[in-house]
Amino acid sequence: MSVALSAPPPSRLRLGLRAGLGVAVLLLAALPTLNALPADHALHVSDFIVSVTGKWICYAILALSLDLAWGYAGILSLGHGAFFALGGYAMGMHLMRLIGPRGAYGHPVLPDFMVFLGYTDLPWFWQGFQYFPYAMLMVLLVPGALALVVGFLAFRSRITGVYLSILTQAMTYALMLAFFRNDMGFGGNNGFTDFKELLGMPLGTPAARAMLFYASLVALVGSFLICAALTRTKYGRVLTAIRDAESRARFLGYDTTQHKLFAFVLSAMLAGLAGALYVPQVGIINPGEFSPGNSIEAVIWVAVGGRGTLAGAVLGAFSVNALKTWLTSAAPDLWLFVLGGLFVAVTLFLPRGLIGLFDRLRRRRAS
Amino acid sequence: MRLLFLFLLLLVPAKGRAQDAFGAALPGLAGGFAQQVEAAERLGALGDPRAVPILRALYDGRLLRGADGALLIRDGERATVAVTGAAADAAEAEQVRINNRVRAVLRGVLGRLSLVSSDPAERLAAAEAVFRSRTAENIPLLEAALARENSARIRERLELALGASRLAAGDDAERRAGIVALSASASTEARSVLLEARAAVPALSSEIDAAVAAIDRRLAVRRAAETFFQGLSLGSVLLLAALGLAVTFGVMGVINMAHGEFVMLGAYTTFVMQEALRGIPALAPWSLPLSVPAAFLVAAACGAAMERGLIRHLYGRPLETLLLTFGVGMMIQQAVRLVFGAQNREVSSPPWMQGTLELAFGVTVTQNRLWILVFSLVVLGLTVAAIRLTRFGLEMRAVTQNRRIAAAMGIRTGRVDAFTFAFGSGIAGIAGVALSQIDNVSPNLGTGYIIDSFMVVVFGGVGSLAGTLVGAMSLGVINKVLEPYAGVVLAKVFVLVAIMLFIQRRPRGLFALKGRAAEQ
Amino acid sequence: MTKTLITRRSVIAGAGAVLAAPSIRPSMAQGAPIKVGVLHSLSGTMAISETALRDTVLMMVEWINGRGGLLGRRVEAVVVDPASNWPLFAEKARELLQVHKVDVTFGCWTSVSRKSVLPVFEELNGMLFYPVQYEGEEQSRNIFYTGAAPNQQAIPAVEYLMSADGGEAKRIALLGTDYVYPRTTNRILRAFLISKGIPEADIMEEYTPFGHSDWQGIVARVKRFAGEGKKTAIVSTINGDANVPFYRELGNQGIKAEDIPSVAFSVGEEELAGIDTRPLVGHLAAWNYFMSVQSPANTEFKNLWQAYIKNPRRVTNDPMEATLVGFKMWAQAVAKAGSTAVDPVREAMYGQKVDAPCGYTLEMHRNHHLSKPVMIGEVQADGQFNIVWKTPGPIVAENWSPFIPENASRRRG
Repeated sequence: MSVALSAPPPSRLRLGLRAGLGVAVLLLAALPTLNALPADHALHVSDFIVSVTGKWICYAILALSLDLAWGYAGILSLGHGAFFALGGYAMGMHLMRLIGPRGAYGHPVLPDFMVFLGYTDLPWFWQGFQYFPYAMLMVLLVPGALALVVGFLAFRSRITGVYLSILTQAMTYALMLAFFRNDMGFGGNNGFTDFKELLGMPLGTPAARAMLFYASLVALVGSFLICAALTRTKYGRVLTAIRDAESRARFLGYDTTQHKLFAFVLSAMLAGLAGALYVPQVGIINPGEFSPGNSIEAVIWVAVGGRGTLAGAVLGAFSVNALKTWLTSAAPDLWLFVLGGLFVAVTLFLPRGLIGLFDRLRRRRAS
Repeated sequence: MRLLFLFLLLLVPAKGRAQDAFGAALPGLAGGFAQQVEAAERLGALGDPRAVPILRALYDGRLLRGADGALLIRDGERATVAVTGAAADAAEAEQVRINNRVRAVLRGVLGRLSLVSSDPAERLAAAEAVFRSRTAENIPLLEAALARENSARIRERLELALGASRLAAGDDAERRAGIVALSASASTEARSVLLEARAAVPALSSEIDAAVAAIDRRLAVRRAAETFFQGLSLGSVLLLAALGLAVTFGVMGVINMAHGEFVMLGAYTTFVMQEALRGIPALAPWSLPLSVPAAFLVAAACGAAMERGLIRHLYGRPLETLLLTFGVGMMIQQAVRLVFGAQNREVSSPPWMQGTLELAFGVTVTQNRLWILVFSLVVLGLTVAAIRLTRFGLEMRAVTQNRRIAAAMGIRTGRVDAFTFAFGSGIAGIAGVALSQIDNVSPNLGTGYIIDSFMVVVFGGVGSLAGTLVGAMSLGVINKVLEPYAGVVLAKVFVLVAIMLFIQRRPRGLFALKGRAAEQ
Repeated sequence: MTKTLITRRSVIAGAGAVLAAPSIRPSMAQGAPIKVGVLHSLSGTMAISETALRDTVLMMVEWINGRGGLLGRRVEAVVVDPASNWPLFAEKARELLQVHKVDVTFGCWTSVSRKSVLPVFEELNGMLFYPVQYEGEEQSRNIFYTGAAPNQQAIPAVEYLMSADGGEAKRIALLGTDYVYPRTTNRILRAFLISKGIPEADIMEEYTPFGHSDWQGIVARVKRFAGEGKKTAIVSTINGDANVPFYRELGNQGIKAEDIPSVAFSVGEEELAGIDTRPLVGHLAAWNYFMSVQSPANTEFKNLWQAYIKNPRRVTNDPMEATLVGFKMWAQAVAKAGSTAVDPVREAMYGQKVDAPCGYTLEMHRNHHLSKPVMIGEVQADGQFNIVWKTPGPIVAENWSPFIPENASRRRG
């Protein structure tokens, strides 16, 4: 645990990284514009690319939030998918309420699944979700509150390392089972689909796609800046100290529980935000998002990109998901081998991920 | 001999008469479902024992209709003509189909005809069948059978059957006797028969209510015992799945996310063994027991290869091993899917693992679950013995407690690591053999058990096999006790939440290791 | 490849019995190939069911190319793996339509996967053939449903259980996996049973999670429920994976079909291939097709399948038949429309008829559902079904069930 993962990289690398990130953001920002070009234009980008990139951006926010908890505070959460899904569900509930009487049964209030499952009234926890600000508040509050409770209980008892990972995994597993129950009032396995509009814009149009894309991009850049700023403050330094030697930090007089709790809750909220942006873009949320495998995959993105560097988390999310999108079509029978092999290779040979690899290559060239 | 011959001679004319009725009823067996019912009932009324093999063949789906309309009985590869027993050619013949209604009638008729059989198992089945078919006509038959019967268990079933048949009689005194007989039992079937009679004969409702109440009292005890057994059984499955993990995770500190895949490999080994031994008649019935060492070796070999090839580079970084083994698990799963196909594979149960076993007070347990419970305890015992009593176990404990000193004492720690991991993986493989008897043998088999296994190990206390045992059994029982009230899903959610709360009270689990080892 | 196809075409040119004549032209394989998307999970939990459907589509593609292709063009399959992950289904659907520009897609098994791709197919005006029985309550102009609606499976099955031949059940235990198909089906069945005079107290309903493997408690409760003095039957909407442990438990607890028959809506030949069926003889399943159906079309189907998969022991099942029927209908509709464009093909689909392996001629109706016969089969010791009852002919789907009261006020269209 004492490997110094965040040794400050040489300043040239940092500069190069920043420049690279800036270019990447600009390139991403250009995508919807290129999509608007006529289909036969040389620079035209298909709807598919735009929508799939929008999805990756959300994954990148999730990876970022996980990196804050794992890379900087040493909390390896195997339940971050749960925060992501809760944010998604909060957004999904808003979108369901907005369908209004346009559902298949034309019920003015109840979503379709409630109608055919025989509900007569809207459950209390669905109240208020028709208002966008309330829904957005819940997107942050629900995952945040869950993280607060779980984190408080766990950190207070000094549950660390592997135990914490298993605990968070149990959390997301329990939530998955619970959300699969139709009696919970969240649509069971079918979850929420067939969304119509958001903020007055009909979904499934290029304009809505572009708007969601930009919203996600802004959220990504914003989260990145927040995390970057945070890790550079004294608080961030203490967090890293706790990660590397928790007992020592405690004996030095730092309240490690509080420091970790803050990072964990913030991280959960960012994950919730990612989920909220994700749902209208993919058009569905169901309890499968809680599945422990999803959370582990998110951890792998961070590991592949480079744990403990924010750029690494983003890079990991993009590269692994791009690979997955490509392979599931190009090699539908073999993609699991490639992906599994990649995870093995990265953990064995690239303990600091792709960022570490770039770093090493650059140093080699410099010397 | 001569006497017998005379006796047979005497029989001839009588047989001749019966022959007509018997012969006349037979073709109906191959007719429509309604005709089949009628024919079976007529044959039953004739009481001719020659009907038994034919009816049984029909019940088992071995009765064929030849091209010329003659009834044939298939027996393995051969076929015989139903009445004469002469060999026949079944090439053109077609199986006679029945449905559940015909099946129920056949069972009753067969029961009546075979109450006098010399085979106790057949008599028991016959008593059972007569009980279920229950008509007043059976009373004299049953009384005669009871008078001859020596086996206590069959007598008990016969008395129940007699009670049920009496209840179906037209006479109130007879019915009362039936109620008394049934009220002494603790079976849901008897209760069902009584309630059925209650609706039919309102006059006896108070007696029946009392009888039902008596049964209910006994049933409540039985149910509690059965729920407890179900809990232990679920616990034994958890124990088997978690035991290997208790070694690899508890002793070595390696988080092996591919643990479930080793379990799955064990189940597939069972399948492969079954297919491989199919052609060797002497060994085929033993394929399941033989699979145990085979599965151990296969999974242990995979485990050793994984430890030497990959995991040993990551010691001291448990979270990285988690990611690595997750990747390996993905690959194993997909490899199995490509080799064996995504479909379920059939692993059949040997006869001694099928059906139910009746214990004291009418408590019934399913054989396969009982075997798995016993098996899990045996595996646990062997694991403890291996760790406590063998040289390998000693070295393993030494390395766990203090790797450097152990190395200084001349223990080859690398080899011990490999063996320990192989040992834990091998146990996972053995778990797969057991799971092949109750779950799907599919590439996804292991995924369903991995989280539960981790919970058991953590709940019981990492590094403590006693903790794993107590943890698994208590989780199983709690789950089963909650299930009827909360439903299957919520019961599981409750248990998970309870474990989470428990862990935060006692982070080291039920059986926390004390002393230096606990500081890791 | 092109060459062999042309020579084979000349051999079988006269035998194009199923396909309309205009589809066979000498210009075969001249134009760009017609693309058929295959959207079935090849990994993850649903791979167990869906891989066989992928193979069925590939088989049909080979079959049609062997007959000279379609509109004189070769047909080409584009296979993707949505990995039992619902958002990935939506992503892959968009990829098929926008990147690979497929003309038609065959795919999905679970309702949630269909719900996930539905907005994509509607937005991009694609065409999806969905081959699995489902809960109904849906009708998209971009989807053709070739599996059964509840009235084509569940209700006739329960009617059979209550008939003299089925054992005159008076008490029904509804067991299901907790998702929308069982919930909705059971809601419909409950309304139906009550309309038949069965009191609420005689209906038991219980749900389990996906992949549930410990059935001891539930089977014991069913036994107890059956011990109330009335003939009891089980109606199972248990999802594929959980069925093996369920049936093992039924067998081990000695529940015989004569005493408590069970009828299942999601158990077919594929599922039984993983179980020793001897203890289960007599338990029932309701489908629109069984492998044991005796019809020339079915013989052809079975031979085609076993030759394609190179395994004489592989079984066929209902969703595979529905895939085949959907494929043939689509091919006929394309031939009729003379184009693969979605709108004309959709128009041509209505009223399209196929001589299906189930032994009947099935027709696609304007409600995007097929008319289908209902068959009840009893499990046999060899893992096949013995058909004990069937409807006299195909019945038309009621995808909006009359037993769901809200459908009365539903806006049509």
